This record gives sequence, C-alpha cells and structure tokens, in this order.
Amino acid sequence: MSLPILSLCTFVPLLGALAILLMPKPDSARWIAQGTTAVVFALSLVMWANFDNANPGFQMVEKLEWLGGGISYHMGVDGISMLFVVLTAGLMPFCILASWESIETRVAEYMVAFLVLETMMIGVFCALDLVLFYVLFEAGLIPMFLIIGVWGGKRRVYASFKFFLYTFVGSVLMLLAIMGMYWYAGTTDIVALLDNPNFPPQMQTWLWLAFFASFAVKMPMWPVHTWLPDAHVEAPTAGSVILAGILLKMGGYGFLRFSLPMFPVATEMFAPMVFTMSVIAIIYTSLVALAQEDMKKLIAYSSVAHMGFVTMGIFTVNHQGIEGGIFQMLSHGVVASALFLCVGVVYDRMHTREIAAYGGLVNRMPLYAACFLVFTLANVGMPGTGGFVGEFLTMLGAFAHNSWIAIFAATGVILSAAYALLLYRRVVFGALVKPSLKTIQDLTAREIALLAPLVIITIALGIYPKPVFDVTTPAVAKLISDNKAALAAHHAPKVAIVQKEAAQ
Amino acid sequence: MYAAIVFLPLLGCVIAGLLGRVIGARASELVTTGLLFASAALSVVAFGQVALGGGETQIIQVLSWIHSGSFVADWTVRVDSITAVMLVVVTGVSSLVHLYSIGYMHEDPHRPRFFSYLSLFTFAMLMLVTSNNFLQLFFGWEGVGLASYLLIGFWYTKPSANAAAMKAFIVNRVGDFGFALGIFGIWTVFGTLDFDEVFAAAPSMVGRTFEFAGMYPDILTTLCLLLFVGAMGKSAQLGLHIWLPDAMEGPTPVSALIHAATMVTAGVFLVCRCSPMFELSPFALQFVTIVGASTAFFAATVGLFQNDIKRVIAYSTCSQLGYMFAAAGVAAYNAAMFHLFTHAFFKALLFLGAGSVIHAMHHEQDMRKMGGLAKAIPFTWAMMLIGNLALTGVGIPLLHVGFAGFYSKDAIINSTFAAHTGVGSYAFTLLLLAAGMTSFYAWRQFLLTFHGPYRGNAAVADHGHQPADDHSHDEPLDDDHGHHEHHAPKLSEVHESPLVMLVPLGVLALGALFSGGVFFQYFLGEGAHHFWRESLVVPEGHEGHLPLWVEFGPLVVTIIGFLIAYYYYILHPKLAAAIQAKQSPIYLFFYNKWYFDELYDLIFVRPALKLGRFLWKRGDGTVIDGLGPDGIAARVLDATRGAVKLQTGYLYHYALAMLLGVVALATWFVVQGGAP
Repeated sequence: MSLPILSLCTFVPLLGALAILLMPKPDSARWIAQGTTAVVFALSLVMWANFDNANPGFQMVEKLEWLGGGISYHMGVDGISMLFVVLTAGLMPFCILASWESIETRVAEYMVAFLVLETMMIGVFCALDLVLFYVLFEAGLIPMFLIIGVWGGKRRVYASFKFFLYTFVGSVLMLLAIMGMYWYAGTTDIVALLDNPNFPPQMQTWLWLAFFASFAVKMPMWPVHTWLPDAHVEAPTAGSVILAGILLKMGGYGFLRFSLPMFPVATEMFAPMVFTMSVIAIIYTSLVALAQEDMKKLIAYSSVAHMGFVTMGIFTVNHQGIEGGIFQMLSHGVVASALFLCVGVVYDRMHTREIAAYGGLVNRMPLYAACFLVFTLANVGMPGTGGFVGEFLTMLGAFAHNSWIAIFAATGVILSAAYALLLYRRVVFGALVKPSLKTIQDLTAREIALLAPLVIITIALGIYPKPVFDVTTPAVAKLISDNKAALAAHHAPKVAIVQKEAAQ
Repeated sequence: MYAAIVFLPLLGCVIAGLLGRVIGARASELVTTGLLFASAALSVVAFGQVALGGGETQIIQVLSWIHSGSFVADWTVRVDSITAVMLVVVTGVSSLVHLYSIGYMHEDPHRPRFFSYLSLFTFAMLMLVTSNNFLQLFFGWEGVGLASYLLIGFWYTKPSANAAAMKAFIVNRVGDFGFALGIFGIWTVFGTLDFDEVFAAAPSMVGRTFEFAGMYPDILTTLCLLLFVGAMGKSAQLGLHIWLPDAMEGPTPVSALIHAATMVTAGVFLVCRCSPMFELSPFALQFVTIVGASTAFFAATVGLFQNDIKRVIAYSTCSQLGYMFAAAGVAAYNAAMFHLFTHAFFKALLFLGAGSVIHAMHHEQDMRKMGGLAKAIPFTWAMMLIGNLALTGVGIPLLHVGFAGFYSKDAIINSTFAAHTGVGSYAFTLLLLAAGMTSFYAWRQFLLTFHGPYRGNAAVADHGHQPADDHSHDEPLDDDHGHHEHHAPKLSEVHESPLVMLVPLGVLALGALFSGGVFFQYFLGEGAHHFWRESLVVPEGHEGHLPLWVEFGPLVVTIIGFLIAYYYYILHPKLAAAIQAKQSPIYLFFYNKWYFDELYDLIFVRPALKLGRFLWKRGDGTVIDGLGPDGIAARVLDATRGAVKLQTGYLYHYALAMLLGVVALATWFVVQGGAP
C-alpha cells in the first residue's frame, strides 16, 4: 500500500470544498458536494477491503514530520476506528442528499461547511498523534457550530452557543491533559503511548478525569446532556444526522482509544461512577423522552439513553461489553440518522416538529410509515435489526460484570418501547383528520433513495453482523489483554509487598 | 426441507409485503396461502419422520449470527419431537387461518399488508420453535410480538386498536425484561446459549448459588424464574395478562391464530423446552403451578359475565394457558404440550366460528344483540358446538372416549391431583372450579348466541369501565365519517359465511373431535418415551390409580356449569338479566376484570409519565441547565442579543473566531513550550 489512502479520504473533502468556493452556484455546489462525498465513501470502502482483519494493530499507517519535538502527522486505522471512518464517509452522501431541497440559502457555504466537517471527522478517527487528534477534534466544532447557527431553526443562536460552550469547556480540560502527557512522556504519538502507557496512578486519575470531561460531554452522558436536545431541535436535518451519527461517537471512540488503554488504573477506579451515570442516563432520559412533544427532542433524548448503553458496555472492559458498545455506536449511527431523516421528511412538508401536529400519516404516506417503522423498531432494539445486537451485547457484558447494572439497563428496554411506539402511534397511526395533512404526499424518489439503503443496512446489521465483528474482534481482544496486563502489573507489586510484610 | 418449512412463509411475507401493490390483492392472498400450505405439508412430513417415526434430532446451520469473543449464537433450524409438534400446530392453524382470511377480509382494502403480516407472524413463530439456542428463540419471541403488534393495530384508524397494540407490545416487554435477564444469566453461568450444552451442564449447577442483584440465590431457580417471567408475559399469565383481552381489537382471524392457537402458547413451549432445567428446581416448578392454576381460576371468573363474544374466548384462552402451566409445574410437561396441541384446534375453531358469527352479524360482537342464530347459520352452530364440547372436555372417563379437550384437560387435572403435594392440591382445587366455570361461560356464550329469541334491536346497558362496548366492532372505523353507527341486522339478513371460511372450520372441527383420542397414546400413553425422546423430560407414569371421584370430578362440574347456564339463559333469561342489573359487587369485580387495568394505570402508567415530565422540566430544566452552564450561556446570550441588534447578526461568528484564536494559541504554546 503505497497510496496514502487515509490522507486521501481525509483531504478529498477539502478539495471538494475548494472546488465549491471556485464555483459557488447552488446547483454546482450541490453536485460537487454529492460527488465528493460519494468518492470519499468509495475510498473508505476500498480501505475496508484492504483492511487486514487478522491484524490487531494499526494499518495503512502514514507518518510525516510535522511540528517537530515528537509531534508528527501520524495516521492509521485499527479495528476500532476502521468502521467509524466508513460510517462517517457513508453518512455524508445522505446528508448532502437530504439537504438538496431543504437548504435554499447560502448553499455553497453550507456544502463547504459539511465537507470541511467531513475532513475533520475522518481525521479524528485516523489520527495517531494527540496534537493532530486534538486539532481535528476541536476544529470539527466550528463547521457544526456554523451549521446550527446559520442554517438552524428559531432558537439557533441559543442552541449553537450551548453546544459550543459545553463541548468547549470539556475540550479545554483535555488540552491540559494532553500537555501534561507530553511533558511526562516526551511524545504525543498515540502508538507510542499505547505501547507503553506507564503514567503513575495519581497522574492517571487526573488525566482520566480531564479526558472524561471532554468525552462525557460529547457522548453526551448524564448530566451533561442537555445541550444535545437543543442542538438537535435547532439544527437542520443533515446537521442532526451528523450530530447523532458521528459527533456523539467521538466520545465513545475517545474512551476506547485513550481512557481504557492509556489510563487502565484510573479506568478501573472510575468504572463504578461511569456505570452509575450510564444507568441513570438510560432510565432518566428514557422517562424524559416519554414526556416530549417535539419529535426531534424525543429522538435526541433516546440517543442519550442509547449512548448510556455504550458507556456501560465499554467500561465493563470485557469482550462482549466493548464490542457491543462499538456495534451500538455504529448501528445507532445508522438508525438515529435515519430517524432524523424521517423527521426531516415531514418537517420539509409541514414545517413543524410538534408531535401533536401530526397523526394518521399512514393513510397518505404508507411508504414513509413502513420506513419509519423499521427505524422505530431498530430504536427499541428489536432482534433482527441493528439496534438489538449492540444493546444485547452491552447488557450481556454488564451482567457478567455486575448483574445490578444489567437489571437497571434492561428497564430502559421497556421504556424505549414505550416512548418510541408512542411517537409512532401519535404521528403515523390513527385517522387522518387534521386539515393541514389532507394533501401531504408520500416519499419522493429522492427520499426513497435516502431511506431505502438505510432500511437495508439496518436489517442487514441485525441479521448478519459478522462483517463488523470480523473487523473489531482482534482489536478489542488486544485492548482487553493490554488493559488486563497493565492492571496486573499495577496490582502485582502491592501483592508482593503484602507478601513481604506477611513474611516479616 | 426442514429449512423450507421456516422460510416459505418468510418468502410469502416478502412477496406480499413488497410486491403486494404490483401483483394485487388476490395474487398476494394466493401466494401467501399457497406457500403456507406447502409449509404445512412439509411440517406433517417432519412430524411423521421425527416425532412419530422416532427419527434423529435434525439441526441445520443456516447462517452465523452474533460471534463476539466467546459468545456465539447462530441461525439454525432444529427439529426434534417438541418442535415437530409445534410445527404441525403452527403451520396447520396458520394455513387454515390464511384460507379463512381470504373470505373474512374480502372487503378490506389492505389485504396484501394483512397477509404479509400473517406470514411474517408465522415465520417468526417458526423461528421461535425451531431455534437451537436461547437467542434465536428470543428473536422469534420478539418477532411474534412485533407481528402481534402490527396485526392488533391492523385497523390503524381505530384509536382503541392502536392503544391495544401498544399495550400488548409494552406488557410483553415487561416479560421480556425477565427473559433477557435469564438469557444473560444462562450465558454468564454456562458460557453458552446452546440448548443441548446448557441442559447437559444444568445438573452440575444444582444447589449452587451465584451473585445476582446483590444476593446469592440458587442458580437454577433464579434462571428458571427469570425465564418464566418472559413466559408469563407472552402467555398472558396473571399479572401480565392485561394485554390479551384488549388484543381482540385485531381482526378475528388474528385472534384465532396468534392470540389463541400459537403465539400465546410460546410461554408453555419455553417451559417445556427448558424442562431439563425446570426439573432441577422444585421451587420454580411450584411457582409455575401456582401462577398457572391461579390464572386458570382468575380468567375463568372474568369470563363468566363478558358480553363481547370474542372477549369470552379471550379469557378462556388465558384460563386454558393457566392449565398448561399448572401441568408443567407438576412436571407433566407432556400433558402441557398435549393440551397445547388439542387447544390449538378447538380454540382456533371457536375463534373462527365466532368470526363467522360476527361476519354473519355484520360485525356485531355483543352477544346481548344476538340469540336464536342456530337456524340462520346452522353450519357455524354445529362447529361452535363441537368447539365447546372440546373446550369443556366432554367425555366418558372410564371408557376413555371423548372430545379433544377431554383427554388433555382431564390429564392435567389428574396430574395435579397425582402430584400429592400442597401446591398440587391447590392447583387441583382451582382447576376443578375453573372447569366448572369454563363450562358455564362456554355454554352461556353458546346459548346467548344461538338459542333463545333474537335480540338484534335490544338496547343494552353497560355497567363498568369496560371499554369494549364503545368499539367492540370487528371492523375498521370509516375514515371520513368517524364513528360508525352500528345496527345489528335483521334475523332474515343473517347468512352463513362463504365456503372459503367454512372449510377451515370443518378441518379444525376434525381436530377438535379426534386429535385427543388419536394422539393420546403418543403424547401421554405408552408411546410417550419413544415419541418425545430427549426433547422433553417425560414423567414416569403416575396415572391409573386415581380415586373414582377424581376421575369423574371434571365431568360433574362441567355438567353443573352447563345446567346453570341453561337455567339462567334459556329457562329464566329474565332472572339472569335481573342479576346483572343488580350489579352486585362480586359481579362488578369479575366483570371489570378484578380492576387490574385501573390498578396498573394508577401505579405504573401515570407515575411514569409524570416522572418523565418532572425530570424534563425540573431535572433538565431547573437543576442541570439552571445550575450548569446555562447560566453562562444565558449571560453570553444576553450580551449577544444586545449586540446582534446593533451589528448585522454575525457577532457569534466573531466570538467563534476569538475562541478559535485562543485554541490555536494554546496549541502553539504546548508545542513550543513542551519541545525538548
């Protein structure tokens, strides 16, 4: 592999953005953006095809001198990050397609923002240097902030600031932690840090907390989740898709890439706290979702609950929990995106997201009702859809770790059925009596092209998830064995000392 | 071949579901029905080979599913004797219901969707019974729940149907909560979900404990009870039964197939399938018997005074499922399976017969508006008569000759007596009482419907919170006109149903007549060990030396029940009306289903909604946002809003640029300052 495919994947969107700046007419902007994202998706598939499933380490590595002092432009993917790249690249064409008609103002700028965002997101998952990671991680905020702030709804300014402040405060702490790591280890190279993660326990505690602040906000975990519903409500449809589909996953990815392998002692120490927060998130936000009157808010709260399963799974540090967490992130990336697209479909027609404004849509929109049903079922974790596999594995892992966690999490499964079916019933079922809905049209060809592939992927993930597990299994196994080895090394001296004391 | 049994219905579902609009309603009906009959024919072959012929257990790997570390679960088709029995029941009833639906649903504009759902249900149910591990069983379990949800809510313009569909799904989810935890526990303890491996390892876990929910309970008892919670939800046992009567909002063929013959028996199947585990946990077995017997009694009491023809049968189903669990709990798993088998025929017959009545009555379901229909629809009358004789278990004890229910129900009642335990006696008493009540409500329903004077124009009064009477019409609401005014037809307008509906009735009647006598020896008699082989724990024969009064007990109470019904509803109908009008507390208590719905609404549904609202407004709004960064955000916003008016609305862009500058600067300092 001499072709720098990761860099290509990462920077082709920037080229597309440049091209749009040269030809800023709305139509050419749309087509260029669509073409660019399609090319990037194809590249990501080439990447996947060339990915060696048996190798648990980093692949397709590129390393160039960058800032000096041990800071380099270092890219590579392993079994954990590989599929997030595919997910990102895969969702982008849908975002562009979803914005085709609904975005009418500043089309060129909008498309540029999305392409820049794609570069940042793919970069985050490929980066193997802390500084590179941090720059991309933070820079991704800007286009998102603009997307909400410029093309958002009525309260977009409030929402975009809330989004920015929350994530930014978390990130500043992570920046401090990165500085600390650099001063201690003399490098910001992630591979080097992973191979030799010997931060003293005391330091691990602080570093862990600092990273946690950033990732917990991104996830988002309870109680720092309140920015998400507001951001979703105000964001344009495609913005919601990216937010739910990719940006939330960066938190989970961060835990897997940094917290677990680099700070194993602190991870063990803080795991009970994470479990508590996850379980509260699952039950609390599911109950809150039950009371929502805005479709997007309801789905946003359900996202928080689903991310609770992810954090719960990851911190069990067993194979099923972590792999379930990764799978849950991937499938939620597809399902939540699809649900937001479904909301977008009716929002484009009626210009309201209020649940009470709808009812009986199935009478005039049977195709829409069918697609929405598949995603609703995936959202409630129906076996046979992608939503089940991750939820099941995370709970399985949690049960093996501590049955209480699984018991609480399983109540969330009941509640998810309640809020999701309630939404579906209020929007889709019933007699169509509201005069405003009498002439509503079913899916257009463009919308079918948007939703049909997602229906297929959702079901395929549920019936044959093997391709995903093939990629993740070796990397997850390595992550766990490294973590266990580090913990053993940490606990061993103490045991030795105790034995020595006992001998004396 | 065995895989084809499972996947032909899926093929039908996909064809009717995706291409229904293209190929039309009639083609959809023919394709789905044809494929199901093919599947049923293959099932009969499988039954002959594996169950009757004593063939080997067949396990076919279809596709790999979830492999995560040491966790493995695959898509498989497993056919052993217990599966073969279920295959015959499921595909047999399902194919007949498909056929019947062609006639019953002929006016419905959404027939392709209906047949697609029916086939989807059948596929899921077959996945459930042919599973070789707990996870695929769970897939089928949830799949039938989904199909049930879709079919109960098939007439989506009816608010009551939508509510009932949701209720069914969510109540089942409560049961699944236990089931899922049971699966997690099984995997944690045994390291596998494969049936054979789990059952082989189960004896080594006897008497051992594990950490569960902060306690150290017995492993097998805990796991069995958790699985049984799932079974209680699916099979509508006491406490989780509330969804089943409401499920009658769906079209009647659906009630026959899903909510009588097949899906609701999945819980019984689960317990029997796991009999090697339950067998090792006496406490779990006792619990199963207590719940089963209590449900049998409870549901029978509620069934006594219902006025909706379908709800009577629904409570009867609930009650009969209780019988099956009671049998399983005294380790008479084969009796439970036998009752499941015979019950499928006569209960499907009763429901489809009721459907035929409803069809003839132009979608009227209130029995108080019926009466004297025997002459108008004689074939349906005969079919319902056979169904009721089978349900009430009429037969002659010493000669051992009778209708289907006689063999299976008496076997259950006898086995509870023969258990000679406290729990067994409890079950025996309740089941015997329930048998008497079964006879009363079954004949009350029969007499009200077919005999006495025709009451088509009677005004009926309601006394209770029964929602049924507002919308107990088996028909979608008209979109444009909202609520339909319902008028029962004149007696001369009541006609027999078309042949396509009557043929399935006839076939099922054969089952109700003969399935008991023909198969008794295989399921329960000398051939039982050869028939069930390893698929079920077959109890050692403890029948034969029962006191005479036990043998005759069921027959006596059945006759008493019939006589009371005849006295009140034929000889002195005014007396019955007067008693109902008096509304004695016990009558209201039974009529209103022991107020379970009201109770649950009060302690679960409302608090959950209130809590959700509270957490949202107070938790998220006041506490988190108020104390948290919203304060900062608010201040920034105040400043921004002021500035926005002065500037052009782009201030937040400047603010952003400034923040970015800070980030860039900080990064630069890290890099420079940290460089060695």
